[in-house]
Amino acid sequence: MTLADPHLLYLFLGYGGLLIAFTVVGQVLLHTTGAGPMVDNFNARVAAWWAMAALGSVALLTGRTGVVVLFALCSLAAMREFLTLTRFRQADHWAVAVAVFAVLPVQYWLVWVDWYGLYSIFIPVYAFLLLPVLSVVRGESGAFLTRVSEVQWALMICVFALSHVPALLYLDIPGFEGRNLLLIAFLIVVVQFSDVMQYVWGKLLGRTRVAPSISPSKTVEGAVGGILTATLVGATLWWMTPFTPWQAGLLALAINVMGFLGGLVMSAIKRDRGVKDWGHVIPGHGGFVDRLDSVMFSAPIFFHLTRYGWSLT
Amino acid sequence: MNSVMRRGLARLAEWAVVLLARLVTAVRANWLGVAPVPARRIYFANHRSHADALLVWSVLPPRLRDRTRPVAAVDYWLANPLRRFFARDVFNSALVERRPGAPPEAAGAAMGAVLAAGDSLILFPEGTRNMGEVDLLPLKSGLYHLAQAHRDVDLVPVWIENLNRVLPKGEVVPVPLLCSVTFGAALGRVSGEAKDAFLHRAAQALLEIRPKGDAA
Repeated sequence: MTLADPHLLYLFLGYGGLLIAFTVVGQVLLHTTGAGPMVDNFNARVAAWWAMAALGSVALLTGRTGVVVLFALCSLAAMREFLTLTRFRQADHWAVAVAVFAVLPVQYWLVWVDWYGLYSIFIPVYAFLLLPVLSVVRGESGAFLTRVSEVQWALMICVFALSHVPALLYLDIPGFEGRNLLLIAFLIVVVQFSDVMQYVWGKLLGRTRVAPSISPSKTVEGAVGGILTATLVGATLWWMTPFTPWQAGLLALAINVMGFLGGLVMSAIKRDRGVKDWGHVIPGHGGFVDRLDSVMFSAPIFFHLTRYGWSLT
Repeated sequence: MNSVMRRGLARLAEWAVVLLARLVTAVRANWLGVAPVPARRIYFANHRSHADALLVWSVLPPRLRDRTRPVAAVDYWLANPLRRFFARDVFNSALVERRPGAPPEAAGAAMGAVLAAGDSLILFPEGTRNMGEVDLLPLKSGLYHLAQAHRDVDLVPVWIENLNRVLPKGEVVPVPLLCSVTFGAALGRVSGEAKDAFLHRAAQALLEIRPKGDAA
């Protein structure tokens, strides 16, 4: 697929237009209300969105390899943040090093060569059974289950789940040949839009907290408003997918609900470890995991629903 | 090897080292108490990893980095040509003797010469790497004597977080984790202060800038 594909072109134009609008709003705010934490954070976020859009475009234009490499790097950045909050000890050093420098690249290589039978079980079976062995040979039993579970969790969330995004490129959907990039665009646009709209609705009408002991900012009004708005947007994007408007809406609903629940799960981990963000790498957003948590929880579900319902493979 | 080529190689090695440090640790510099401006400073930091000096050095802006010299041991860093290249040409280390029997004044004089030339120092006043469970070992008196001899130089506490987990003692492969380097306010000067009181104050200044929570 190239830029000549009208659907991708519309998407580029739409996304670019939205970003230009946000940039204008940010600059107007800066010159009318002046600098402040709220305005600065908004402008930092917009700047990071531009960077993400640029990176995403480069990856999309270089095709499958570019997308696989982009998400492998995202997994690496996510592992870096997730492992920082885990309590692995020196006895787990080899297990962690193998997870990052062997399991991660092998998982993405399996996706790249389209070996579905193996990439679906590589981390849940092989890494799951072999990594604890690398820890146990160092002979330290203290908090053993906690340590090995945290490393496995890091791999499942940051590598296994996220690798289902580039895997979407390999689905074989009749009548949709050569346009699978649009499945990725659909997933990311809908889920990220849901995140943004949950924030917006929460700020506008948020009263009732979903789980005050887990996340101070998630409200019922924000969640329902955000999920429904993004579901509606998902349905109106049906033209770029192999789905009918109803199917697109239902799939959008499924990934938005998963994205919201994923955000809640990841908040519980942050709350337990006493931090507000996973990292500091993306200005205004926190870490990679803060931005990708909803994608991590929705990508495998979206992949398998689409594969089961529409793909020949 | 001629000097131009050597300087070029040193620059290349510097960029490679800084890039690698950022890839593995996404290191963040928190300039809490002082700004990253050129001034004569003694950066004194906690010491838990072989790469501590490298990390502090790599977060300095390039024009400060060129004039900030990590204190390093002669016996280790001049042991082979590669280490010598890194110590002398890349890090521009202030090399000091640490062998038993070496006169303690010699190290002070070597560090003093760096300060007198207008450069800054990175040093680790615990004297040795901290392998235990406590956050900080008792500080050695060298920092006190150096501070006494150079009363016009700022003493800046620096806390390095998490690097010991990236590359623990005895491991060869670093694992990627977020690290941070926090710069506190320069230590105030108290005239007539006793050695122990000074070292206690310096240790407190380090402990106070430790990040809260588990994240770097």
